[in-house]
Amino acid sequence: MSLITERLDALYEFDREPVPENKLQGPGSFIGVYAGEHVAGTEFVIGPLFVAHGVAAGDLFAGLLLGNFLAVLSWAFIAAPIAVKTRLNLYWHLRKITGPRVLFVYNLINALMFCFLAGAMISVAATAVGLPFNMKMPALNDLYPNSLEWIVVVLAVGAAVTTFAILGFEKLALFSEIAAPWMVLVFVAAAVAVLPKLGVTSLGDFWKVANEKIWTGVPLAGQSKFTFWHVMFFAWFCNMAMHLGMSDMTLLRYAKKWQYGFLSAFGMYVGHFIAWIASGILCAAALGEVAPGPIAYLGAGIAGAICVVLASWTTANPTLYRAGLALQTATPNWKRWKVTLAAGGVTTFAAIFPALMMKLLDFVALYGLILMPMGAVILADFWLLPKLGVKSNFAEWKNLPLSWPAAITWGLTLSVCFWLPMEIFFKGLPGWFIAVALFVTLSYIQQKRSRT
Amino acid sequence: MKTIMKLLSFLGLTSTVLPALFVFLNKISWQTHANLMLAGAVLWFLSAPVWMRRRI
Repeated sequence: MSLITERLDALYEFDREPVPENKLQGPGSFIGVYAGEHVAGTEFVIGPLFVAHGVAAGDLFAGLLLGNFLAVLSWAFIAAPIAVKTRLNLYWHLRKITGPRVLFVYNLINALMFCFLAGAMISVAATAVGLPFNMKMPALNDLYPNSLEWIVVVLAVGAAVTTFAILGFEKLALFSEIAAPWMVLVFVAAAVAVLPKLGVTSLGDFWKVANEKIWTGVPLAGQSKFTFWHVMFFAWFCNMAMHLGMSDMTLLRYAKKWQYGFLSAFGMYVGHFIAWIASGILCAAALGEVAPGPIAYLGAGIAGAICVVLASWTTANPTLYRAGLALQTATPNWKRWKVTLAAGGVTTFAAIFPALMMKLLDFVALYGLILMPMGAVILADFWLLPKLGVKSNFAEWKNLPLSWPAAITWGLTLSVCFWLPMEIFFKGLPGWFIAVALFVTLSYIQQKRSRT
Repeated sequence: MKTIMKLLSFLGLTSTVLPALFVFLNKISWQTHANLMLAGAVLWFLSAPVWMRRRI
């Protein structure tokens, strides 16, 4: 037990103190970070997948407007207030509530999710890198690699991303913020440039063409039909790990005020509104092609292909670096480079399978769902337990290695969620309430027992 | 120096987005637009790192 504690403590040794007053940042920093983080290579996939799933134009626009609004509210009212009050990152705060053993498992699962997310981005980048080699692109229903060239290109991109991650270049994330304004304009420009191909020659034509040729309401063969509710819940929950799951405590603890949570709107409405609409238009102009490289090239030429590579690479690299960092708790005797190499190997192997990219909507929903219960635990522990006369941070107070209310809440919430007879995109909402109710009830029982 | 770099960055972004509007209005060819976008990318990535800085 103490071994796990030592590993976790060593891992976050420079990060366990609350952020001091003089390190707090103004709103400009948060606008940059949010805009940078949410304009990634995967935006080139999500827009086309909505087209493939037969979303109607009205449903898309209304669903994105409302879903992104709910996401912003979740950042502002759920994640930001606790981040600003505690000034701790997610891991140190969670450790006080769950004890180090639950946190250890959380770290491993998070690392695995990071690997798959980075894998999807490597696949996206490979569709652009393969363009000059006339590589056969993966199709929407491809689950397995469709050519030797695809495997070679993915391995090359994966090797490059892993090498930079091993070198510890986490600061490449900074590059994504420099690239963000340019990338947004590439998305917009590429979409505008292909509008005439779809028959839009004046602004007045747009809505008619949008309904008839882009978001037609008819799914492609083999794809399920998406409605307004799918779009709204996906837009709300695609970053559920960050807002309701509280991962962004790590970022928002630097905010001077909790209201900075509203600045997530810059990420949502630029990345998850403009970029998704633009990539959907590109997909329709490419006659249903969904591989990001070719559709970006169709709209913006070489600059479009560069945009796909940069958008993927700048996000995949820090993601892989963080995966290595989290995995290190499980492999204490390994050097950081070995752990990152192993994570890179898993990531690159996963990227070989186009299913990861083509089923990105399902994967992103699953990622958020798995980590969400721990965010609900944090919220319940911070706000609800004191109001009910139950002690917060009980595991830290009692020096418990494991908080059984937190462990049972996590496991039972996910079990109920997977059993619920609804699509994965909708499970997060009932799941969150279940997790809050479970943790409050179980904490009350635990502490009542402890007193007797 | 920073002012010059900011100006170059602005030119880079303008060269990224404006040609697409001209393609839409059928004033320039797609190839010209693609070339100008590439030039815009070069201008942006050479100039923006000089004056943009992250603090978190």
